[in-house]
Amino acid sequence: MLQIKCPFCGKRDQTEFSYGGDGQITYPALNADEDSWHDAVFLRQNIYGRQIETWQHSHGCRSWLLVERDTVTHEIFSVELAHGDWQKQVEKNK
Amino acid sequence: MTRFSAWEVIKNGFTNQSGWSRQWRDPQPKSNYDIVVIGGGLHGLATAYYLAKNFNLKNIAVVEKGWIGGGNAGRNTTIVRSNYMLKGNREFYEDSLKMWENLSHELNYNVMFSQRSHITLYHTPGALDSAARRYNIMLQTGSDAEIWSRAKLKKEIPHLNYANDARFPIHGALVQKRAGTARHDAVAWGYARAADKLGVDIIQKCEVTAINRKAGKIASIGTSRGKITARKIALAVAGNTSRLWQLADLGNLPIESHKLQAFVTEPLKPLLDHVIVFGVGGAHFYISQSDKGGLVFGGDIDWYKSYAQKGNLHIVQDVSESALSLLPCLGRVKLLRHWSGVVDMSMDGSFFMCKTPLDNLYLNAGWNYGGFKASPASGWYFADLIANDRPNDIIKDHNLERFKTGHHIDESGAGPDPKLHG
Repeated sequence: MLQIKCPFCGKRDQTEFSYGGDGQITYPALNADEDSWHDAVFLRQNIYGRQIETWQHSHGCRSWLLVERDTVTHEIFSVELAHGDWQKQVEKNK
Repeated sequence: MTRFSAWEVIKNGFTNQSGWSRQWRDPQPKSNYDIVVIGGGLHGLATAYYLAKNFNLKNIAVVEKGWIGGGNAGRNTTIVRSNYMLKGNREFYEDSLKMWENLSHELNYNVMFSQRSHITLYHTPGALDSAARRYNIMLQTGSDAEIWSRAKLKKEIPHLNYANDARFPIHGALVQKRAGTARHDAVAWGYARAADKLGVDIIQKCEVTAINRKAGKIASIGTSRGKITARKIALAVAGNTSRLWQLADLGNLPIESHKLQAFVTEPLKPLLDHVIVFGVGGAHFYISQSDKGGLVFGGDIDWYKSYAQKGNLHIVQDVSESALSLLPCLGRVKLLRHWSGVVDMSMDGSFFMCKTPLDNLYLNAGWNYGGFKASPASGWYFADLIANDRPNDIIKDHNLERFKTGHHIDESGAGPDPKLHG
């Protein structure tokens, strides 16, 4: 079982969380051409190794998180709040 | 190589089983082939076999980084069915099922294909409507389908949980009688042996480490056992397709690698005669009983992207809960093993079999949950694509451009999120 250390709630079993998907996709401007949108929506780098991905603590504080995890060993390197301002706030309050 | 027959079995009974030979050779890789198939799984082996058989081609190699039967070929729940609905999938999987029906004869290898019925339970009147739609489409496109009432189901499979206060009471089922299971190792060994007999070199422990391009083509591949040049290269490496695609410097694919687990219990006396599928309210569970007596079952993928060939415990809990809600009699049965394979989950839940931006590279990928049952037709049509350098009508919609043009083949209607296409 993966264990993810939520910045609010502490270390919890993965079953409390929902997997979102790739956290490194940059979506193009709304009026960008179809090809850029096609690439962002449908194509994946499908990284073998360390990647940033999104998880939601859906059975906890419901925050969206950015998790850096290895897709081969499942080791988790870092967890932070997906919304940058909140992450800054949490760090300030430490 | 000895051809298998009743006579050989009797003869070897009298000669201390000394008359059997190796199933396939263990050749050194040559430096040049006409066609190299990368990936020695069921699809790669079947492709090589049909290239040699249907098109009389020689000088073919299959390169496999591990050993035959060590990847997804041996990590599935062995279910064969064709109850797909959408054009493109419907004809393809129906063809595959027809090929399964004759596969043991075709390969001179008993693949233990058992047409024991595939039974998809439904639990609400709405689900019955949906089942009826699929049933009608199947009947009208040359397949078989039946709808079983609760009473009929109770008679055929008495030990399911028919309690009226079950969280998801059983209303009935959509049944495909020609569907069933096969012995997965036998399929791998059968194709390997038959392909070898037609002169195909099966090269194990040979990992592709480089793909060298020159002028819109692949000039050569680097492997752990030396450099190989070939006129045509075919990729059949589901699970690792993105890695090889990127090795060829081709960018990103509409694929994510996920892991799918399978489970087997201790052997029991005969209990289940069919393949039973339970899928409602977020649960997903399928179960059958092997000839050895073990209950073979599986559920959802592990939800998060992974290349690890090891399963995680939350799915063990998930499928155990499903098992008990469907078959309460399994409460004290011990789980013997569970294992996991890495699958290509695609953006619409359907596969890719097409030409690529490189002239002499062909792609076979994105099998999601459906790889095992597809093996014969996959090999057949992929061989046809490689030999004739154009897709057959039946697979022409399974290309990489379909997301650009809006022609998704999305059976579950889940949209572009690979983890939802279970």
